[in-house]
Amino acid sequence: MIIKGKVYKFGNDINTDDIIAAKYLVTTDEKELGKHCMENIAPGFSQKVINGDIIVAGKNFGCGSSREHAPRALKGCGISAVIARSFAGIFFRNAINIGLPFLESSDVDKINDGDSLEIDLSRGIIKNLSTNQEHKTPPFPQFLQGIIEQGGLMNWIKSR
Amino acid sequence: MAYTIAEKILLTHTDKKDIHPGEFIEAKIDLALGNDITAPLAIEEFKKAGFKGVFDHKKIVLVPDHFAPAKDLKSANQCKILADFARVQKIENYFEVGCMGIEHALLPEQKLVLPGDLVIGADSHTCTYGAMGCYATGVGSTDLARAFVDGKCWLKVPASIKFAYKGKLKKWVGGKDLILFTIGHIGVDGALYKVMEFCGPVIRNLGMDDRFTMSNMAIEAGARAGIIEPDEITLKYVRPAPRKYKVYKSDKDAYYEKTYEWDISDLEPQVACPHLPSNVKGLSKLKDIKIDQVVIGSCTNGRISDLRIAAKILKGKKIKPGLRLIVIPATQKIYLEAVRQGFAGIFVEANAVFSTPTCGPCLGGHMGILTEGEVCLATTNRNFIGRMGHPKSFVYLSSPAVAAASAITGRITHPDEVI
Repeated sequence: MIIKGKVYKFGNDINTDDIIAAKYLVTTDEKELGKHCMENIAPGFSQKVINGDIIVAGKNFGCGSSREHAPRALKGCGISAVIARSFAGIFFRNAINIGLPFLESSDVDKINDGDSLEIDLSRGIIKNLSTNQEHKTPPFPQFLQGIIEQGGLMNWIKSR
Repeated sequence: MAYTIAEKILLTHTDKKDIHPGEFIEAKIDLALGNDITAPLAIEEFKKAGFKGVFDHKKIVLVPDHFAPAKDLKSANQCKILADFARVQKIENYFEVGCMGIEHALLPEQKLVLPGDLVIGADSHTCTYGAMGCYATGVGSTDLARAFVDGKCWLKVPASIKFAYKGKLKKWVGGKDLILFTIGHIGVDGALYKVMEFCGPVIRNLGMDDRFTMSNMAIEAGARAGIIEPDEITLKYVRPAPRKYKVYKSDKDAYYEKTYEWDISDLEPQVACPHLPSNVKGLSKLKDIKIDQVVIGSCTNGRISDLRIAAKILKGKKIKPGLRLIVIPATQKIYLEAVRQGFAGIFVEANAVFSTPTCGPCLGGHMGILTEGEVCLATTNRNFIGRMGHPKSFVYLSSPAVAAASAITGRITHPDEVI
């Protein structure tokens, strides 16, 4: 799977309250959640995102609350993938379980806000079309690959 | 093979003969928890995937505690989704308002969680139960939906980090100060995807309420679990137990990725400043921080000993005029105990609000939202931007003792100053 989009850059320790504030957790509708994505730390973010855009962030992305509404809000506002130096444990699970593409990369500092990226998800290769750099990411362990290939945890359970 | 307590519990919940950090396992769980925010999404996923019946109606707990008693129409709808699902699936452990408490105080109190258990909860503070010597970890709604189906959960076995505390705690210093100090030292990702194991003579002398506070905030350092080996204090707390349980202890030669050892004899009350739980300072470093609101409650510090210490400080006093003090006992049982022991009267006479159990203001839900520019001192667990309301409000985190003392003066204050 190839993903192409423009980069929105964020810092370290972006928590799930940043991604979607608790006051909006009264719906499960991804599109509705998406309207308020990153509202507290980047007002107007969801209006700027074009379908396919990519978030690049520092360490510990998605820390804090377990709310699965956070990766769903990202999907709902059109974000196609998240690249971060590291991910918090529950966000990592949630992204795997609901099929939000994400990659861990130690090269996030080399990617700039507004860069255009092309990500080859199955090979874990990030091509920066703006800087002509290429970044390789470690492959997902086989166990997780199984869930990713089924498009998420519930499909994986059904397939067994 | 030598194992930590976490590895032993995980191993016994698989069909495997051995277990190693980093390995993926499919584990059988003893209990799965959801609340009015996370369970509706789990129920939706469960139904959407075409499943009809849950794996075991006795091993699922549903607690409407976050936005309950329902704060608005949409919250009422979410609570109803829980109630309806519980009725259809015959889930006994559904706690309606009036029986409800904040889930992480309620489950141990109801003895739904026991030592040696493997518990998953669609709430990040599920790690609280680690204080009882079980492996309890926060997961997402889809994880919960899957657990509804077959009572299992995929897990990557975390490595453990040991935190040993020795010395003698000063007056007014307790579990909240220890865990804030720890997070301040290691950072919000200092235990990322690890188990925090708390041990040492200081932990052995802590009561269960303080231990719950410590395990509760393990997630604030990125940990998957925060575990304390059971001892006589734990066993006294669980007796009489409604079912069999098993006490696990770490082997002496178990592998720890890291060990921290601190003498905490000089530790003063700790405060986490905006906007991260790791932005921790000793109380004496904070000069004249004026506050508009104080919240005493939450899954971190809404237990009876928390209310007792707050009542001791507030007895016969009034809070600073113009300040709001909101006290929220974590469960109905704690509420009743606070009434019987006279704490409720002390709070109300001090001009505090004494509320029914709810997570409420901790996550900016209801019962004390902050507007622009306001400053709150809370005994809760997170002080992220906008956590309790307006993105330009400010949250400091402390123990109940510091919170109560500060409500009297209107600025962040050491309890010694008011007593």
